[in-house]
Amino acid sequence: MAENIKEKFRESGGYVASQQLLNAVNVAMLLQKPLLIKGEPGTGKTMLAQAAASALNRKLIIWNIKSTTKAQDGLYVYDVVQRLYDSQFGGKDVANIEQYIKLGKLGEAFSSDEDIILLIDEIDKADIEFPNDLLWELDRMEFNIPETGKTITAKKRPVVIITSNAEKELPDAFLRRCVFHYIEFPSKELMEEIVRVHFPDLEQNVLDASLEAFYRLRALSGIQKKPATSELVDWIRALTLSGIPVEKITFDLPFAGVLLKKNEDLDTLERSRRSGFRR
Amino acid sequence: MFTNFFTLLRANGLNVSLGEWMSLQNALDKGMGCSGLSEFYFLCRTVLIKSEADYYAYHRVFLEFFEEVIEQSENPIPAELLDWLNHPASTPGTFDPDKARENMRLELDEIRKMFAERIKEQHEEHNGGSYWVGTGGMSTFGNAGNSPTGMRVGGESKFRRAFEVVGEREFDDFRQDTVITPRQLQLAFKKLRQFSNLDDAPKDELDLDATIQSTCDNAGNLKIEYRRPRKNSVRLLLLMDSGGSMDVHRKLCAELFSAVHQSNHFKDLRIYYFHNCIGKYLYTGPELRYGDRIETEKVLAELNSKYKTIIFGDAEMSPYELTDDYYSRSGMEWLKMIKAKFPHNVWITPDEMRYRPGSWYRASYDMIAQEFDMYVMTISQLEAAFSKLMVNR
Repeated sequence: MAENIKEKFRESGGYVASQQLLNAVNVAMLLQKPLLIKGEPGTGKTMLAQAAASALNRKLIIWNIKSTTKAQDGLYVYDVVQRLYDSQFGGKDVANIEQYIKLGKLGEAFSSDEDIILLIDEIDKADIEFPNDLLWELDRMEFNIPETGKTITAKKRPVVIITSNAEKELPDAFLRRCVFHYIEFPSKELMEEIVRVHFPDLEQNVLDASLEAFYRLRALSGIQKKPATSELVDWIRALTLSGIPVEKITFDLPFAGVLLKKNEDLDTLERSRRSGFRR
Repeated sequence: MFTNFFTLLRANGLNVSLGEWMSLQNALDKGMGCSGLSEFYFLCRTVLIKSEADYYAYHRVFLEFFEEVIEQSENPIPAELLDWLNHPASTPGTFDPDKARENMRLELDEIRKMFAERIKEQHEEHNGGSYWVGTGGMSTFGNAGNSPTGMRVGGESKFRRAFEVVGEREFDDFRQDTVITPRQLQLAFKKLRQFSNLDDAPKDELDLDATIQSTCDNAGNLKIEYRRPRKNSVRLLLLMDSGGSMDVHRKLCAELFSAVHQSNHFKDLRIYYFHNCIGKYLYTGPELRYGDRIETEKVLAELNSKYKTIIFGDAEMSPYELTDDYYSRSGMEWLKMIKAKFPHNVWITPDEMRYRPGSWYRASYDMIAQEFDMYVMTISQLEAAFSKLMVNR
């Protein structure tokens, strides 16, 4: 089954996932638990849900979490002001409260007739109590709307994928209900595969040289924000467009600013380059 | 099935709950993880372990428990796993209590002598182990090692156990019980809240009572009233010591910084940096660059005295930095100015004071402690510090 998904993943627009990650998706679906994905920024956490949706032929609903997002926003919003105005000026039947209830992303996923993948993106952005407020809803896949007395129950249990950048620690009770996978930084082999998806025509020696330089840069001690996959892809694009000779890539590191986003890191690189690029 | 594995995981500090264990059984019942040892390994990890920080500990327990299975199995451990085992990225498991006790007894002179001897004998690189100069391991020389005492040779302080690094300093054991998790830190900052709606936020919350009242006043014609949402009115000024003796606390500083930053409930938040003691200038970045500096007096003039002020630093410096006119005024004078301007203030130190009372290293700490209430960065003390900040004056 996992092999099968991997094949489909590749067809579905170039998402290269490790076998362990695919297994984790399988486990989450089988156990009907949310899958919590953590990993360095730029390792494709959000892309996973998109790839899974198209591989499994499910509709993707994305709930983007912001610092002001509340759990209630995901369930429903009751537009009481509109109802008051309608009661004054007429036009609608105000006794029908239902028309003033607007479902949030979670409510949308629950009431859908299709198979859904629900992505709760960057859950750690919200308030620190936020995950606790969703425990019941994610566990039972239902919630109650007191205004109408109705209970929204998931028609088809959605697959829930949650991503976190580890900006905030998540509460224990929440973690216990999830299946967890940490996206490790891709090994050189896997990275080669990923780069190949983006640049099918890239010459092998350019690829080797840039990967070598990239991993050496990541291993450099003192780098605060390590470059990740998305930076590497941008960098290789810059390299190919500028046509810099291959032998210059490894030691000169042209366009280092594409890989390193902090002044301090560029200084660190400069220092280590002067001492011969040794660790 | 494998109930002993469950107990072994828990005995090794991996906090696996019964619910998670039942989930694993459920997954096994459904036929997952049965096609090989490595699949089983990853299945257990996915379901039971909830932090990448615990992956290594899990790996060790798994190998310990399934050692026999791994040996007897015809298709034993996958190459990838074996490789990992043979070349661990770090060697946190090499702590040897006997060797530690032995090393504790060594005097500095003896270690120096041993080091000189060893340097003569050694001709190659070493990682781990308790004899040679190298990285990791229990040897008294090298870097990133686990020996409670010793000499650091290059590299960066990792376990703060070398006593010959910068001059002669005595380090007590690194206290584990003072470790505070980022989540606890963030929750502690939630204490710094004082709700009020006398705020300049937009009025966008429906005020039901006022709406009913004005609709009645309006002879039944609907008149909607809005009010300002109740918001935190606490303003926070955080002054952080940076560089020098604070370098060992870099991680803690970063955690404190991010906890404050993510506590987006403050009305206003100002963070400035200084080195050792506050002087004529404060800095907007921890690197204390010339371009980032800002006059302390300007900051004092700009902010009103409602700001709750937290000074975070180890209060360790040469006493003359406090007493002499080192920063155009003496450091103590600057501190007193801060204290006078911001009556809600606390001083938080990253660590318990390591030096005995009366020692030279402690002099600056004692002087500052006379002016500021000092708190150590532990859960209980932080809460006490924040309660003190919230007291009305």
